[in-house]
Amino acid sequence: MEPVLTRRVGKPNSHAIDGYLEDGGYASVKKIFSESWTPERVADEVKKAGLRGRGGAGFPTGVKWGFIPKDTKGKPVYLLCNADESEPGTFKDRLLMERDPHQLVEGMILSAYAIKCRTAYIYIRGEFYDGARILDRAIEEAYAKGFLGENILGSGYSLDLYVHRGAGAYICGEETGLIESLEGKRGQPRIKPPFPAVSGVFAAPTIVNNVETLCCVPHIINRGAEWFAKIGRNEKNTGPKLYCISGHVNRPGVYEAAMGLQLKDLIFGEAYARGMRGGKAVKAVIPGGASANMLTAAEIEDCPLDFDGVAAKGSMLGSAAIIVMNEDTCIVDAARNLSKFFSHESCGQCTPCREGTPWLYKVLDRIESGEGRMEDIALLERICNQMANGMTICVFADAAIAPPLSSVLKFRDEYRHHVEHRRCLVGPRAGARAELAAV
Amino acid sequence: MTHTRYRIEEAGEPKKFPPEAMARIEKILKRYPTKQAALLPVLWVAQETWGWISKEAGEEVARILGLAPSHVDGVLTFYTMYNLRPVGRHLLQICTSISCHLAGAERLIEHCGRRLGIGLEETTKDGKFTMVEVECIAGCDRAPSMMVNDAYHEPVDEKKLDSLIDRLSAEA
Repeated sequence: MEPVLTRRVGKPNSHAIDGYLEDGGYASVKKIFSESWTPERVADEVKKAGLRGRGGAGFPTGVKWGFIPKDTKGKPVYLLCNADESEPGTFKDRLLMERDPHQLVEGMILSAYAIKCRTAYIYIRGEFYDGARILDRAIEEAYAKGFLGENILGSGYSLDLYVHRGAGAYICGEETGLIESLEGKRGQPRIKPPFPAVSGVFAAPTIVNNVETLCCVPHIINRGAEWFAKIGRNEKNTGPKLYCISGHVNRPGVYEAAMGLQLKDLIFGEAYARGMRGGKAVKAVIPGGASANMLTAAEIEDCPLDFDGVAAKGSMLGSAAIIVMNEDTCIVDAARNLSKFFSHESCGQCTPCREGTPWLYKVLDRIESGEGRMEDIALLERICNQMANGMTICVFADAAIAPPLSSVLKFRDEYRHHVEHRRCLVGPRAGARAELAAV
Repeated sequence: MTHTRYRIEEAGEPKKFPPEAMARIEKILKRYPTKQAALLPVLWVAQETWGWISKEAGEEVARILGLAPSHVDGVLTFYTMYNLRPVGRHLLQICTSISCHLAGAERLIEHCGRRLGIGLEETTKDGKFTMVEVECIAGCDRAPSMMVNDAYHEPVDEKKLDSLIDRLSAEA
């Protein structure tokens, strides 16, 4: 597939508006206004394209937009771009924003128009200082050229767009956590319903879309829904997709391919990660970021990387963050590391999650450091089963149990070996050290 | 999370934003329908102004935005990037999340700590370096990834870290 979202990434000065315009940038905005498209027509085109959200949940974007009430009772509608990219293993939105910020701005103009929004924000994680600076500059350029602000290209439509920086909190990637954070509060997710489309930021109808999702929109408008829908494995999994691959592979990075790329092709393909470093064997793969169930080496056979393909394997595509672990990796140690992350990032609002995540970390740490008891393995499973599946306000707890539960279920022998022999199956853990920071 | 995340140190004197910072705050306020929504950006202005956010700085932000100081404290202690005490001139932020962990991030922290004679969340006596551990910073393809203040350095190994510290130490 010819690159779509990343087609300009390698170009010098790819973030500046002049080059973007030379490459046909903002054509979709000119198109909808010169051809007098209605907002509904833009939304319809996106719906027909079958675009599903690239942030993790895979919800159809056009359908989500349709949840905005017809009559908003005088309230404004807000579009928020979720640029909080913090799922461990994910680094595609950073690339899109740093290298081709105007593609995102263009996507936001179209999406905002489709939902009749006059004020939009890009909520970008605090660590992306460069991304924020680059976007600020791009937005300034877009205002200067008349693509943002009052009466865009003489259409009568006006839009203001601002960058809003987060300050370090994984949970702000959850859409209602993001909304709370944007309102100047702790980023603690809200109970749904009401869904953001009905009552979101500032108690007004709100749509939250991921960076990559919004970047797809200009291409859909320029080249048509049919073109987009033809890319991908089937009509439910359409379009180009960015895959982030990291871990023990020869060439980690962001790769663009048609939705449904085979996991094995991504790991071993010449155009992609080019196989395992040092020719080692694959032990486990996390196919969709820290929140996704691990897959064993056997399970990576015939695993199309799309929403339904990975779901059929009992895991999820999530943010398309593929983390590959080789045969020398201690699974208990990997689960311990992932659990430490979730324990640190739990927002503290719901008891099962606030208490459960540090428990999981402590039990895993105990097993990893050779102090584990055989009952601990069952204890891990019991804690997991008490935390998730509707016990909490958001799905953070469901995410947090994925690494320990899937690894216990799939690598139970390795856990047992740890407890019995008080050491790893594969030798001492990668970075054995005294815990400097108490959890 | 460490207990230090919940304690906001006092500066010992009231804080007032300089005029250029106030001008930035005025501009920020125009972007939102509520004053409260400006809280995170205004706290960033505070951190850029003083390098960290003291109890008194938080109170000044609360006054400007018409918020309860306790609300500002709650927000300050929720987000990990606001410095609640002074930090060194170079804030070394080493990622230890899964991909960086698989690439030996812990060894890097050990090495860095030995080299500078500090542990996590500690600052060297000359006030030049503070070392912290951070969660995934989206540098997984160039693991182990780290940031010094607002800039990425990736991938970084023990040798690269040494030369980075040499270079930063030599700066006035």
